[in-house]
Amino acid sequence: MKPLLTVEHLSKHYEGRRSLIERMTGVPHTVVRAVNDVSLTVAKGEILGLIGESGCGKSTLGRAILRLNEPNKGRVVFDGTDVTALAPLALKTMRRRMQIIFQDPYASLNPRRTVAEIVGLPLKLHHLASGEEARAVTARIVERVGLKANQLDRYPHQFSGGQRQRIGIARALVSNPEFIVCDEPVSALDVSIQAQIIALLLELKREMGLTYLFISHDISVIGYLADRVAVMYLGEIVEMGPVDDVLANPRHPYTQSLLSAVPEIEPRGRKARVRLKGDLPSPLQPPSGCKFHTRCPLAIDICRTLAPVSEDVGPGHQAACHRLAEGVSLMSESGT
Amino acid sequence: MSALLEVRGLRTVFHTRAGEVWAVDGVDVEVRRGECLGIVGESGSGKSVTFASVMGLVRSPGRVAEGQIVFEGRDLRALSAREMRAVRGKEIAMTMQDALTALNPALTVGEQIREALEAHDETLPARGQARRAAIRAKSVEMLGLVGIPSAESRLRQYPHEFSGGMRQRIMIAIALACRPKLLIADEPTTALDVTIQAQVLELITDIRARLGMSVVLITHDLGVVAEHCDRVMVMYAGQVVESGPTEDVIASPRHPYTRGLLASIPRPGLRGQPIKPIEGQVPDLIGMPPQCRFYSRCPLRRDACLAPVAMRPAGEGRSARCVLLDEVPA
Ligand SMILES: Nc1ncnc2c1ncn2[C@@H]1O[C@H](COP(=O)(O)OP(=O)(O)OP(=O)(O)O)[C@@H](O)[C@H]1O
Ligand SMILES: Nc1ncnc2c1ncn2[C@@H]1O[C@H](COP(=O)(O)OP(=O)(O)OP(=O)(O)O)[C@@H](O)[C@H]1O
Ligand code: SF4
Ligand code: SF4
Ligand SMILES: [Mg+2]
Ligand SMILES: [Mg+2]
Repeated sequence: MKPLLTVEHLSKHYEGRRSLIERMTGVPHTVVRAVNDVSLTVAKGEILGLIGESGCGKSTLGRAILRLNEPNKGRVVFDGTDVTALAPLALKTMRRRMQIIFQDPYASLNPRRTVAEIVGLPLKLHHLASGEEARAVTARIVERVGLKANQLDRYPHQFSGGQRQRIGIARALVSNPEFIVCDEPVSALDVSIQAQIIALLLELKREMGLTYLFISHDISVIGYLADRVAVMYLGEIVEMGPVDDVLANPRHPYTQSLLSAVPEIEPRGRKARVRLKGDLPSPLQPPSGCKFHTRCPLAIDICRTLAPVSEDVGPGHQAACHRLAEGVSLMSESGT
Repeated sequence: MSALLEVRGLRTVFHTRAGEVWAVDGVDVEVRRGECLGIVGESGSGKSVTFASVMGLVRSPGRVAEGQIVFEGRDLRALSAREMRAVRGKEIAMTMQDALTALNPALTVGEQIREALEAHDETLPARGQARRAAIRAKSVEMLGLVGIPSAESRLRQYPHEFSGGMRQRIMIAIALACRPKLLIADEPTTALDVTIQAQVLELITDIRARLGMSVVLITHDLGVVAEHCDRVMVMYAGQVVESGPTEDVIASPRHPYTRGLLASIPRPGLRGQPIKPIEGQVPDLIGMPPQCRFYSRCPLRRDACLAPVAMRPAGEGRSARCVLLDEVPA
């Protein structure tokens, strides 16, 4: 099947700020390689989960795909169109079809605009509807996400976190998009409210035939709803594949340690724990070679100098590690 | 087994412009010697305020209005501020929800551990070089205990020079500096990544076994409770709604809220099945009517639930706050 979205060798680097003295004395720019040479595809109607620890570059990747921040390198192709090559006006038109739901429902809504204004804005931007018609469309979508039409003229601070996330979802959906980046849409919410939002997003996907890139650091959530999953570590995808396969048979040592660290409610789901040494390295000074080598219990000499390339480890399942061929695994070492 | 800490009928109120917030309303807690007790519940359900009350750390506009807090046979509410300071840190220590704001940014980590030791450790030599050396040795030992390498040089660094996981471990080191009998860890891992979370939780479990202390672990993650806690207490809107041995509560929850929570947590095992979220929202604590607090969201509500509902026994070592328990099981 032809993918709806193709990302090829995408990189996004942030330049660190230098103080005046640093500039005068010629201290070089520090560069955060937030996203480094990432390639992936998402098929129509699919949910691709993206997991990884805080700061590994998940939001940066999601935003670079939509060009909400400009990638430095690489291509994004959406439904046959090279998004990275689009001029501003064409990009604006494309945005109607590609939307995002943000991580923080408190910070992502303008506090001075009413719900009707926030949710209706994309209609105005894309000249989809105006006046009475816009209000009717807005009311319909607001009701669909579980709010009441009589709440249209209220301001964000009058809503709870879960309700605000519903407003953010309504705003993303009102222009009738095909693809949505869901950037940790439930992380900031209470447990019982998380389930409501997840159920809503799945219903909407089914009804509207949507495709999601679903970012989360919660592997249980990804295991529940994603079709495929990509695992990110320090700006790079280290493993990607069908979600059942990756969860049952993780091949990259980082994926293995991540899965073994998830606390399980059911005792039979519990795995022997892989102990990682040390903390996440600073993205300002990423390790050489394989970026995981500073924490990897399986690291050997070559890992310190040479970055592994991604290879097939099963149907549609890839991983990047020097020791895949040897079949060594952290899971078996710790005696599951 | 006798209880180390016993709290009965605790009520803590905050006076706000909008009205009185009964953040903790009739809470009983029992912490046994050597056990790990998990406290779960949604944001605002009263988890932190319950234990801030135990520690005597509720400040205006808040006030502990009623209840008994008995630690090793002593009623903590009857202690003077000075006596309470001695209990805090030395016998009961609490690590705060937010490690960055709880540590003093202007003091090095070494200075903060020294403060804790100076305040409470009577085994230190009285003064001079010997005292300084003993403090130093203990500090290095504490950082080593929580897995921070090169402790000698790390003692001279400030909190912002450490990662989130390390700061959380430093807080634990400070809390443990005086070998308390009870450690209250308030969301020690919520802001941390899972691999770091696993390290911190294992550390707590490990030290508990080694020092034989009791631990109260406040969290909203039932997985964390399932793996680390002997017993669990579920809070909702300022009250305990269910408590009991962790395995039993998870295997057969008795309160509709606990049941709903367990049924709605997305996990790989539920793939392809719709999750059934608990509808509605947490009620506003201001002007709560005297009824079951879960009433507005409960799929099983009935008229009997409109009167105050007390905790009832719910099987071996278990209790729950629900009228359904009065029905004779079929
Ligand atoms: N505007 C920016 N300027 C400079 N650096 C940035 C900027 N935005 C993000 N970064 C850095 O890029 C890296 C990736 O950040 P990003 O927000 O994409 O991570 P994330 O995986 O979404 O993390 P989280 O799970 O915490 O949301 C981090 O090191 C971050 O500090
Ligand atoms: N200083 C304060 N003034 C007014 N109300 C307060 C104050 N501190 C806490 N509260 C109220 O007490 C209630 C319980 O708060 P508490 O911090 O114990 O919740 P929690 O269960 O620890 O939540 P979380 O999971 O978010 O940490 C909340 O409704 C809160 O609004
Ligand atoms: S390449 Fe080496 S360091 Fe990297 S994950 Fe594989 S074994 Fe570990
Ligand atoms: S007391 Fe009634 S409303 Fe409350 S949880 Fe039980 S059945 Fe539901
Ligand atoms: Mg992010
Ligand atoms: Mg709290």
